[in-house]
Amino acid sequence: MRHSTRIAVGPVQFRIGSDWAEPIAALEHLYAGYPQDDTRPAEATVRLFAARPWRRWLRPSVHIGGDFVVPDALPLPLSMGLLAAEMGMNLQVALGWRRHMLLHASAVAQGGRALIMSGESGSGKSTLAALLGEKEGGGDWRLMGDEFTLIDPAGGDAFAFPRAVSLKNEAIAEVAARVDPSRLGPLLAATPKGDIRHLIPRADAIAAMHEPARPALLLFPRFGGEVAVEPMGEGEAFVRLTEASTNYVALGEAGFAALTRLVRETPAFTISYPDSAAGIALVEQIWAEAAK
Amino acid sequence: MSAVRSFVDLLAGRRDPAALTSRDWDGVIGVARSEAMLATLAHRIAGAALPPTVAALFADQRAAAKVAQAQALWEAEMARRALAPAGIEFVLLKGAAYAAADMSCAAGRQIGDLDILVLAPDIRRAENLLLTAGWEWVKSDPYDDAYYRQHMHELPPMIHKARDRMIDVHHTILPRTHRITPDALALVGDAVTSGAGFAVLNPADMACHCAAHMLADGDLQGGLRNLWDFHTMTRDFAAADPGYWGQLDGRAVLHGLQGAVHRAARLSRDLYGVALPSGWDRQDPSDACFRRRLFARDDWGRVTEPALEQAFYIRSHWLRMPPAMLAKHLWTKWRKR
Repeated sequence: MRHSTRIAVGPVQFRIGSDWAEPIAALEHLYAGYPQDDTRPAEATVRLFAARPWRRWLRPSVHIGGDFVVPDALPLPLSMGLLAAEMGMNLQVALGWRRHMLLHASAVAQGGRALIMSGESGSGKSTLAALLGEKEGGGDWRLMGDEFTLIDPAGGDAFAFPRAVSLKNEAIAEVAARVDPSRLGPLLAATPKGDIRHLIPRADAIAAMHEPARPALLLFPRFGGEVAVEPMGEGEAFVRLTEASTNYVALGEAGFAALTRLVRETPAFTISYPDSAAGIALVEQIWAEAAK
Repeated sequence: MSAVRSFVDLLAGRRDPAALTSRDWDGVIGVARSEAMLATLAHRIAGAALPPTVAALFADQRAAAKVAQAQALWEAEMARRALAPAGIEFVLLKGAAYAAADMSCAAGRQIGDLDILVLAPDIRRAENLLLTAGWEWVKSDPYDDAYYRQHMHELPPMIHKARDRMIDVHHTILPRTHRITPDALALVGDAVTSGAGFAVLNPADMACHCAAHMLADGDLQGGLRNLWDFHTMTRDFAAADPGYWGQLDGRAVLHGLQGAVHRAARLSRDLYGVALPSGWDRQDPSDACFRRRLFARDDWGRVTEPALEQAFYIRSHWLRMPPAMLAKHLWTKWRKR
């Protein structure tokens, strides 16, 4: 393809090709601090392409392709090329990765123990993970990822997938107030997923991206409403995590064993919170009281 | 050398994996994924010296394919439990059959839907039994449904509502309207029992079906995989039975598939390097188009010759139905867009 780059996030080496220079330049800015190994073959391929040659210039629209594609997925305007790249990368991992059980969950770690947060889009799991990862004074959380948490089926450890954090809507201002502007990507306004701005994880989180962490706490956050905490039984956590996993079925017995072990060994709670400050306080309180 | 040629050479054993550069691997892995053959390649060069990350990826692929095959055979068992009590026997086709018979092409082979073949008089009962056992129709469009029932070689696809797996129930191996009419009764009647206990086509019919699926019915999507199936099965069958190529010729004539079977043999010779017996080992100028279509992929896994791809798509429809019917079908489909 005309333009391309290589990015390593966690255990996955991507190669991303594009018909346009802009998405590649934007990716190279966001991922400049990630380890580069140009001699390593790519495990996953993402293609950003124009469906017709003239659509490269005339109302350019970016189709998302790669090893795996979603039929009938709508293209995005070139101004949202970075979002297209992010969606393409997520898709390849969600459908192609088999080494780990993939949970659609954010995670942060402290002292080799992981806090895993799973929830629908809008639950605040990304924002909570990003804010914990940025917390100053007393907080030494390492951001593991805002989209996927990888569970090793053999040992049960959690592994990081710290792609650039996808901040949405209100979360953008909240995080922007706390970090150096150089760590933020361009504002992608009014995308199909709302306003989006990417946050480059802290250098120490990127440097530690291959370090495993033992799952110590499972949270299922819900943004909005009064502060509330509800313990969750193993059965419900199991069912919710099967729904949050993109490869649970494909892993067969190994997936069942890994998930059973995760919910048996890890305390789980649903939490509700009215705002981020309350959410952070609540998460840290439960971590102190209940984490294994 | 292009990635797709490197990939084919690796399968054929003509290229040393240790000689590939890291950029070569990018392309080979991309092409292999596009052809749904990464786990096949992972098995084919399992013992080779590979870059560590490639070796790890290939180990993942082999493990995942093993699970997928167990799941595919379980699906076959579910169909057996739905149909056997009513006395309906079926023959497994394609991927699940290769796995049930533990054939070498099954190593790492992706298995999509469950394909089974029943006798035509049993097909309505089979459908009812499957519906009772939890499968449901996928296509809600009445035209598509009627089209399948009147003209196709299979029922409209069904999906199991709990396990989310598709089943294709065939009563023959080419559409009713196809220019060629294989002997479906002979296919079922002469089936053999596999190691896993399921009925599968006999060795000659299995290669006939493989060739028919690739060259007489399809548009060569997934052609490299189908050709790999054909190559490894004919190689292994011929090694076990010196009379195999003669039997294959006989069955191909019976089913009207001599052209497709011979072309598949020539293509597998050209791509994967098998030696053919006399009578098979010919040259046909029109094979060049097929080879070009099979190699039409760039280093990013994209189809490189859209016009040729389109031509093969039209060809597949041309073979499937008479011109007037094709025109009516395409008109109806176009109006529904």
